[in-house]
Amino acid sequence: MRNQETRKRNVVGRRLAALVGCMLLLTGCHGSRGLDAFVMPESFDMAAEHEITFWAKNDTNKTQTAIYEQAIADFEKLYPNIHVNLRLYTDYGKIYNDVITNIATHTTPNVCITYPDHIATYLTGVNQVVPLEELFGDERYGLGGSEVKYDSPGKDEIIPQYLEECAFGGHYYAIPYMRSTESCYINKTYVEKLGFQLPDALTWDFVWEVSEAAMAMDGEGNYLVNGQKVLIPFIYKSTDNMMIQQIRQKGIGYSTEEGEILLFSDATRELLETIAEHTRTGAFSTFKVSSYPANFLNAGQCIFAIDSTAGATWMGCDAPLIDISPDKLVEFETEVLPIPQFDPANPQMISQGPSVCVFNKEDPQEVLASWLFAQYLLTDEVQIAYAQTEGYVPVTTKARQSQAYQDYLSRSGEDNALHYDVKIKATKLLLENVDHTFVTPVFNGSASLRDAAGQLIEETVKSIRRSQTVDDAYYGKLYEDLNARYHLDQLSRQDGSAPKEKADLGPLPRPAVLLLAGLAVAWALMLFYVIFEKTRQRK
Amino acid sequence: MKKITSLLLAAVLVFACAGCGSKGGDTDAKSEGVMTYAEYDSAALESQVVIEAYVQAKQSWWEDKATIYAQDKEGGYFIYNMACSEEDYAKLTPGTKIKVTGYKTEWSGEVEIAEGATFEIGEGNYVASAEDVTSLLGSDDLIKHQNKFVAFKGMTVEASNDADGNDAAFLYNWDGSGQEGDDLYFNVSLNGNTYTFTVESYLCDSSTEVYKAVQALNIGDKIDMEGFLYWYEGVNPHITSVKAAK
Repeated sequence: MRNQETRKRNVVGRRLAALVGCMLLLTGCHGSRGLDAFVMPESFDMAAEHEITFWAKNDTNKTQTAIYEQAIADFEKLYPNIHVNLRLYTDYGKIYNDVITNIATHTTPNVCITYPDHIATYLTGVNQVVPLEELFGDERYGLGGSEVKYDSPGKDEIIPQYLEECAFGGHYYAIPYMRSTESCYINKTYVEKLGFQLPDALTWDFVWEVSEAAMAMDGEGNYLVNGQKVLIPFIYKSTDNMMIQQIRQKGIGYSTEEGEILLFSDATRELLETIAEHTRTGAFSTFKVSSYPANFLNAGQCIFAIDSTAGATWMGCDAPLIDISPDKLVEFETEVLPIPQFDPANPQMISQGPSVCVFNKEDPQEVLASWLFAQYLLTDEVQIAYAQTEGYVPVTTKARQSQAYQDYLSRSGEDNALHYDVKIKATKLLLENVDHTFVTPVFNGSASLRDAAGQLIEETVKSIRRSQTVDDAYYGKLYEDLNARYHLDQLSRQDGSAPKEKADLGPLPRPAVLLLAGLAVAWALMLFYVIFEKTRQRK
Repeated sequence: MKKITSLLLAAVLVFACAGCGSKGGDTDAKSEGVMTYAEYDSAALESQVVIEAYVQAKQSWWEDKATIYAQDKEGGYFIYNMACSEEDYAKLTPGTKIKVTGYKTEWSGEVEIAEGATFEIGEGNYVASAEDVTSLLGSDDLIKHQNKFVAFKGMTVEASNDADGNDAAFLYNWDGSGQEGDDLYFNVSLNGNTYTFTVESYLCDSSTEVYKAVQALNIGDKIDMEGFLYWYEGVNPHITSVKAAK
């Protein structure tokens, strides 16, 4: 029953970059200059009580909730003067919205699970998010610090690539918490029934070819491969990832590091045309249009289901989490492979997963307390326990190399719960491909660009299914509409400077004209008065 | 005398019925170019539809998109993320007549008017009474009432397993992984069959009577409920009222 949470995601999280910009600017206009930059205290005062809030995201998974609660309880035993209030979310978009709202009212959480793309927007507020370099390196309270009351990993024990994903604008603004990628969950039984053999590395051509072959029907409208009236051979959960990864694999433009938008290109249109072609035959659809890939896969109504490795516990007929009724489940062999590639010799896949940022407060002691808790999330106990809940991987070498974690990985398939083989295969897939993962540039507005990338596919798929004309003119208008909808033509660069070409903002509003005119008249009157007085004195 | 009395009573009945029918205008007639519910029901998925119905409940609004339940005298409609300004959203009080143009689609068994539909407010008012569908639970006929405002009577609260594996009368989120403010899930049974019902927190947040009523439920309670007949891989009503069974 994951329906409620994820469909709500559609209710939130659009046009936020512009909205946030407005809200934060308004905050600034009304006398707030933001917070002073965080200054590291000389020591942490164990006598002072601190109540901090932690906004966490879980995958609607009670084990994850329990791990957060246990982590808080264990931390509070070590630091009895710090009390952590947990607020749970089930999607990143809602956290993003709430943080933005709370920046404007100065009620941000202390510690927050988030994405770097989102932090880039939070940085629009002055000193809202704490840069972490000083905290990382502090000998006493930093990573592996001497005064830290638990076995904290050193900076060199955090997977460097994941740490770098949290660096932008010249600072580290987060620590990685968990990492995942996407994988393709495959009904191997049906692939072979259709006369194909799964390759070691999937290509897009292979997936399209098998998907089209699966569309053959009998005279009564049943698909030959599954004997049912419903079949969508290829379903993609996150179309933003689909577009981003295809673009990366093809080596075509998405954005520059500085935030110049390159997404709306002819090369992108070629990718959309291929997707449109297979949507037209019914071989392809998306989560937003049809529903969860897992539900179709488990009902024998999908052959290639692409979803996060952190969704692995829902995939396969023996999955520990199932969202369809038992009578709809179909027996099949599940294979887990990396996402399809254009060039299998040079595989590329997204790196994703939650990171943790620390929000600034007036009291540096409170910030230090927050940092101590954030850092606690990197301990082996938390890392290993949380990684085991889904196809996540720990972000520290310390946790990865621990005997407990290695033992967990080695027991793949022993049961369909903790050691569910599909989940552990998905985990290993990422562990073996860390060097093939990538992230997109982070800048103020990069979250909107990501949304737009996904929406290109969603809109195309919807239009094809509705038998609308999808041609050159259609794509031209789609680019124009999405550019406007996500305000991509108005993005400023991360360093706060103006875009390269100044946008035409149109004529000044009437109140502004009146205000300027009033100021001009006032200055003229003052000048006239000064001249008049001086002339009078001379006389 | 009896004849006169009968005639008078008959006349009163006729006028009363006429009065009922005219309350808020003629709710049966559709404007030109508008589908009847039967036409909407038989329209193909992904085809364009134009319907007229009356707002029954508002589920959410965000950034010029509104999700609402609407109904006419024949059937219910779920209109997902319809284009709607905040100003117009305020006008969509229960009973308000709207003409909606959009595409019919299905998501996990829920037939709805897809994201991006447009609407205009019309003249007329109709608030549906909850239709008792208790006897249809478990039958193939229940889905014919999808998205309508319905009632379930005399059902028994059954145990759910909470996050610690203990019996609970309700859960925050489907598996107990949530907190106050999240959706509530609870099990109710009738004639040996158990169903999962939901208090959708956008439709009825934690300040509402129904949210508090579900939080106060005990396993074994007999209850009457009202709500909208939502679907997700099977029936999954969005409950708006819970009371002790009469």
